Amino acid sequence: MMKVKVYITLRESVLDPQGSAVRTSLHALTYNEVQDVRIGKYMELTLSKTEEDVDARIKEMCEKLLANTVIEDYRYEIEEVVSS
Amino acid sequence: MKFACIVFPGSNCDVDMFHAIRDELGEEVEYVWHDEANLDRFDAILLPGGFSYGDYLRSGAIARFSNVMDAVIKAANEGKPVLGVCNGFQVLLEAGLLPGAMRRNQNLKFICRPVTLVVENNETMFTTGYELGEEITIPVAHGEGNYYCDEATLKSLKDNKQIIFTYKNNPNGSISNIAGIKNEKGNVIGMMPHPERAVDQLIGSNDGLLLFKSILRNWREAHVLNV
Amino acid sequence: MSLMYKEPTAEMIKENRLYADMGLTDEEFQLVENILGRLPNWTETGLFSVMWSEHCSYKNSKVLLKKFPITGERVLQGPGEGAGIIDINDDQAVVFKIESHNHPSAIEPYQGAATGVGGIIRDVFSMGARPVALLNSLRFGELQSPKVKYLFEEVVAGIAGYGNCIGIPTVGGEVQFDPCYEGNPLVNAMCVGLIDHKDIQKGQAKGVGNTVMYVGASTGRDGIHGATFASEELDEASDEKRPAVQVGDPFMEKLLLEACLELIKSDALVGIQDMGAAGLTSSSAEMASKAGSGIELNLDEVPQRELGMTPYEMMLSESQERMLIVVKKGREDEIKEIFDRWGLLSKVVGTVTDDKKLRLIFKGEVSAEVPVDALAEDAPVYHKPSREPEYFAKFQQQEEVIPKVTDVKQTLLDLLAQPTIASKEWVYDQYDYMVRTNTVVCPGSDAAVLRIRDTNKALAMTTDCNSRYLYLDPEVGGKIAIAEAARNLVCSGAEPLGVTDCLNYGNPEKPEIFWQLEKSTDGLSEACRELETPVIGGNVSLYNERSGVAVYPTPVIGMVGLIDDVNHITTQSFKNAGDLIFLIGETKPEFGGSELQKLVDGEISGKSPSIDLDIEKKLQTQLLTAIRSGAIASAHDVSEGGFAVAVAECIMDGKVGAKVSITGEEVTALFAESQSRFVVSVPRDKKEQFESLVDATCVGEVVDAGLTILNESGEPVIQVATDELQNSWRGAIPCLLKSKA
Repeated sequence: MMKVKVYITLRESVLDPQGSAVRTSLHALTYNEVQDVRIGKYMELTLSKTEEDVDARIKEMCEKLLANTVIEDYRYEIEEVVSS
Repeated sequence: MKFACIVFPGSNCDVDMFHAIRDELGEEVEYVWHDEANLDRFDAILLPGGFSYGDYLRSGAIARFSNVMDAVIKAANEGKPVLGVCNGFQVLLEAGLLPGAMRRNQNLKFICRPVTLVVENNETMFTTGYELGEEITIPVAHGEGNYYCDEATLKSLKDNKQIIFTYKNNPNGSISNIAGIKNEKGNVIGMMPHPERAVDQLIGSNDGLLLFKSILRNWREAHVLNV
Repeated sequence: MSLMYKEPTAEMIKENRLYADMGLTDEEFQLVENILGRLPNWTETGLFSVMWSEHCSYKNSKVLLKKFPITGERVLQGPGEGAGIIDINDDQAVVFKIESHNHPSAIEPYQGAATGVGGIIRDVFSMGARPVALLNSLRFGELQSPKVKYLFEEVVAGIAGYGNCIGIPTVGGEVQFDPCYEGNPLVNAMCVGLIDHKDIQKGQAKGVGNTVMYVGASTGRDGIHGATFASEELDEASDEKRPAVQVGDPFMEKLLLEACLELIKSDALVGIQDMGAAGLTSSSAEMASKAGSGIELNLDEVPQRELGMTPYEMMLSESQERMLIVVKKGREDEIKEIFDRWGLLSKVVGTVTDDKKLRLIFKGEVSAEVPVDALAEDAPVYHKPSREPEYFAKFQQQEEVIPKVTDVKQTLLDLLAQPTIASKEWVYDQYDYMVRTNTVVCPGSDAAVLRIRDTNKALAMTTDCNSRYLYLDPEVGGKIAIAEAARNLVCSGAEPLGVTDCLNYGNPEKPEIFWQLEKSTDGLSEACRELETPVIGGNVSLYNERSGVAVYPTPVIGMVGLIDDVNHITTQSFKNAGDLIFLIGETKPEFGGSELQKLVDGEISGKSPSIDLDIEKKLQTQLLTAIRSGAIASAHDVSEGGFAVAVAECIMDGKVGAKVSITGEEVTALFAESQSRFVVSVPRDKKEQFESLVDATCVGEVVDAGLTILNESGEPVIQVATDELQNSWRGAIPCLLKSKA
């Protein structure tokens, strides 16, 4: 089995109102060193072993459904899971 | 004229759309469940608002993979009028039938209120009933209606007169005050405000009824009078 | 009995008083032992503790609830089912109920409020009704501290998140702010549904051998002991109880709602009930108890979201969006088909038996067996000691003082900016109040009005309660709460039909609190009788205290009225310049608990305003007759802030202005909160018709713009432009939320 960790964030060029709000709050709490906050989504997919090209499959999933590439970027990490 | 009102799990403005067509416009309309594959018997397709699949992941992201969407795309390619309102607009964006994407409202809150729209293009099959530049009152009710597209897309939207409605006072942060757009061909339109909620003075406004009347008149001119 | 789980044994539960942690007293545990004739095991102790909690059994309030009038010509279903039902002619009926979700909202405001909305919706559609509107009633501390702002913003977002997604319009409600709610906010949600008489369902497990099915979301460990949690005071440790809060899934509930409304059309359905507080336990025990039957549940069949769940956990889970249904034996497949179509789980989990017992089977063994009536009906009933609090006598003896006002215009602007009076647009802007396109009168008016499609009728609905009056005098304040809710409806052109109440109080074990409960239910009952608005259901929420400080007695009144012709729908805004303005009712120097007293003194004291229910009834009847006869252009009740605020509210939409005169002592005429008063506008050509129907005084006329108030000698005491009024009124709440503490 494999665990895939997918991170989705708004593209650099896209305003992130949620992130701005959180930054403002952090500043209000005197964490003035915070320069920027970007908020995204984190997903964990558990995959069974497959003969197919895993990277290609995951990219396809991200571009088709998990991220909207008009406004979002994605990256992912794959971990082998040893089943107990 | 026969309208299809598409129902996804979680659609909740389907009833409003249905009644607007049947009771106020006086035309035929049928609810179509998301797993239906054929829309050939309809003259126009309506994608109503709501929270299809709970709007989980992203608004409209899951609904666009419904069976019925292939048929919606087919109808769009055949030139039939396709109207997506609110969540329906979001589905059309996700499906790539219209350009751009939706972000959360700038104030991060759901906004429900009547807003003033400016008619930017009255030469589409949806808007011939309005005057150019006319101000109309139509309610919005959404949490993710903050329209975004890149600059190149925005330029082509402007060049091709694809922007149909703009907000007079932008409620959600949409780029260029965009409230509604059409595809290049002009038969697919998506808008965040709800024309189906503005079809009866008793409930506040009937400015939205003209949109449905425009669809009907243009369809009649193209199909009935020529026969 | 299997002991594979590390649950305490029956002996350990007794010896170590483990039942006390679940909320049972020593006496109650002894009673359980007597009923069973043996010691209860861990699961059984859990069943009793949750069913005998105040939240489920009303053990502390039952003696008082008996006083309410619960019958009437139109009442089709009184208290005892998911929601009450009232006839609205043409074989249609209205179904409604209000419920609290105070403690969960104090701990996790977004999910607490959201699941409160979800629960009350299920109560309504479990009766077979289509939910058509949501309302709410909220109480918070003063909008000063970051914590209160956070609670307020998140509660509103939670209500919006659930209601908007499921597609039921949130059409009305009220929000008030007072320091007594600082640590214990109140979040009450109300749902109104429509039904045809023939579709009315009951939560009964009838017919021995019939099948018990579980439908909706699967069961997890969330919300275990929620009902018990709701029956304790909050303290600093309460935040640690976070796991008790459930997470709502409005999408799932939308599907469940549509599936259940399809289900009720099937004659295979016998009974249906929401798994609300106390989840599987209350739904199964109550359904069996009401039908005089028993239920055997096979817990291995219960859909589970987590691994290794014990019978105790499954029975006490308050996972959301679940229903228990009883169907005719052999027709299970038809039912399953309906739920399959909506992509929902449905599973056979048990059968109806004739032994009046709730029997739980787990891994082939009986894990609990208790009489259903003992759980659902036989909880102990307490009549707690009652004692008049010291403050009451002191307040009663206090002379009526007219608060000192130097600048009446500024005082009016300040009153309009008091959060309790100020515009709640910031709140309702976040609620989809229009979906399903029936909302004729939107939030911000005295009452919300919804048309009933394909008829000429409409429903008016409101929630109301001025708890300051109740604190000063629970009996009089209770009467006022009912009267004011009815006033709101009458102003919109409706005949009040009935009441659902949500009684929010402190710890009833304190005699002063029980006294408040006792006196206010006296007042509520009397007013319900006098105004012919029976109580058809509701909810009691006690233990609303944080670190020993109780909330004001807050019996929130939800009321629904019928407008038999949409042409009678009336709103509060003045309509046309030239119309005459009338004041109905008598003004007295009454300032106890008033907004002016709060503004000037910083706290409330003295006597609550008085109320004469005969006069109230007479004036309401007259006004409704006048509205129905077409003599009235607008109607608004005079409430917080008095006459001046009421008139200002009538021109707040900016279309016209008003010029009115006052008589007698100025501050009293402007700001006193005497009851049973209305401000109405009347077209000139209807003046005589109006005067023949209503006892009222002409006080001025509608003008083009602005507000002018003249004294007896014709000199202006207040002269103000409408936009100045609007700025104070509309800007107050956004401004408070933005300001740094």
